[in-house]
Amino acid sequence: MTLAVTHLNYIVVVALMMIGLFIVFSSGNFIKRMIGLAVFQVSTGLFYISLAKVAGGTAPIVVDVTNSDGQALAARLDPAYVALHGVDGVVYSNPLPHVLILTAIVVGVATLAVGLSIAVRVREAYGTVEADEVAQLDRSEKAGQPA
Amino acid sequence: MTDLTRDIDASLVIDLSLLAMLLVLAVAIARTRQLLAAILLMGVYSLVCAVWFMVMDAPDVAFTEAVVGAGVSTIILLGAILLTHGHAEKSSAIRLLAPALAAIAVGGMLVYAVLDLPAFGNPTSPANAHVSRTYLEVASNEIGTPNIVTAVLASYRGFDTLGEATVIFAAAVGVSLMLGFGDLSAGRRTPDSMGDHHVVLGVTAKLFVPVIILFALYVQFHGDLGPGGGFQAGVLLAVVVILHALVFGLRETMLAVRPGFVRGGAALGVLLYAGVGLVCIVNDGAFLDYDYLFPPEIEAQIPPGLLGDPDHPHHWGQHFGIFFIELGVLFTVAAAMISIFYGFAGRAPVPPGTEAGQ
Repeated sequence: MTLAVTHLNYIVVVALMMIGLFIVFSSGNFIKRMIGLAVFQVSTGLFYISLAKVAGGTAPIVVDVTNSDGQALAARLDPAYVALHGVDGVVYSNPLPHVLILTAIVVGVATLAVGLSIAVRVREAYGTVEADEVAQLDRSEKAGQPA
Repeated sequence: MTDLTRDIDASLVIDLSLLAMLLVLAVAIARTRQLLAAILLMGVYSLVCAVWFMVMDAPDVAFTEAVVGAGVSTIILLGAILLTHGHAEKSSAIRLLAPALAAIAVGGMLVYAVLDLPAFGNPTSPANAHVSRTYLEVASNEIGTPNIVTAVLASYRGFDTLGEATVIFAAAVGVSLMLGFGDLSAGRRTPDSMGDHHVVLGVTAKLFVPVIILFALYVQFHGDLGPGGGFQAGVLLAVVVILHALVFGLRETMLAVRPGFVRGGAALGVLLYAGVGLVCIVNDGAFLDYDYLFPPEIEAQIPPGLLGDPDHPHHWGQHFGIFFIELGVLFTVAAAMISIFYGFAGRAPVPPGTEAGQ
């Protein structure tokens, strides 16, 4: 397979990350920025998980090769390939990135909530969640104050 | 090897079609200025991601993404636009051009770097060799849980997970400090009891609540055998409370699940987790080394073969250690998500008209 096909996955994930980054940079609305950050964050997760995929692999939950399901799974693949890359007769995908991204997703929603609650407080203080209007209000307040 | 290439090709087709859907969704999110539409598209984006994680052999991650991304984060975002404004202003041309150039430049560099990575699915790539492979080889012997993800999450990298639980706790405290605890006493909001008007919703929700709780408990206690664990179960428990609040009104829910009780639960979870680690230290082990969870004299009295492999008596410590820290994660995640929801839902929206400068 050519380079474009074997790496297409990574390239598309990079494109998704950059759309997230673009939303964060281009939008002046704080809520929209948080949505962009969420897109960026989930896409980073996609990148980690695609690194963890092993060709012909299965989910990293130990398969009993003595029963029929396990044997059917093992029979899909070339025995030489399984012997080289498998563990006890089964090829698994890499569990470590799964662990990292699983916890990162839950932490992500918690930090998203913190960001959104800051946006709510900004709205209560300024009456808007647009970055430009908030900056303008700050400037006019500063100019209006007696020196 | 023919079978193998066919296997890759088949999953590659699903993989690339899902990625194409994600691209369309991401562009749609970037284009829309209606925040409600952006939030709903974000929920769909998360759900498609969850399906994609399944294709990539990551059921635990898919489960978490489906519950958290498509469920709780959508609710929190909706709560946020209710308290702010549902429409984003149009960005000026310079505001669009400069970020687009920056994103293209960063993306170009990343693509250049990514082309040097080993091919997709390569079993011998550095990411899939070394410690990851070692986990797969030794986890079922050392830890005794069939789900390797749980073994790594709760035991090998238990310290890391304690940090994650603490971050979630801290985030919940931060939200509560900024938006309040959604206390009943404040009475800022009229009780929006929809139960009288939506009989079908009320009856269905009442039936669903115990079923979802039962499912959450299954996910919790089955987490070392199959996909699931404290994180997923915790979010599911929070979803039950959110469902109840959406149908029966926040006041009713807060009477059933008191904000003070929730606050205590979040702290208790982290304390339980860290306490397990301290017990291991007391018994001459390292922090969170569950092999030392029981002192040797108690470990000697445990009948061999009662749990797992009789040749590995240390499994007792590992089983109980994982059980308790997953319980700690459950308490922290569920309580943190509920208190975040209470914070957003319990705050009175600023009425329109009281804009800035007044």
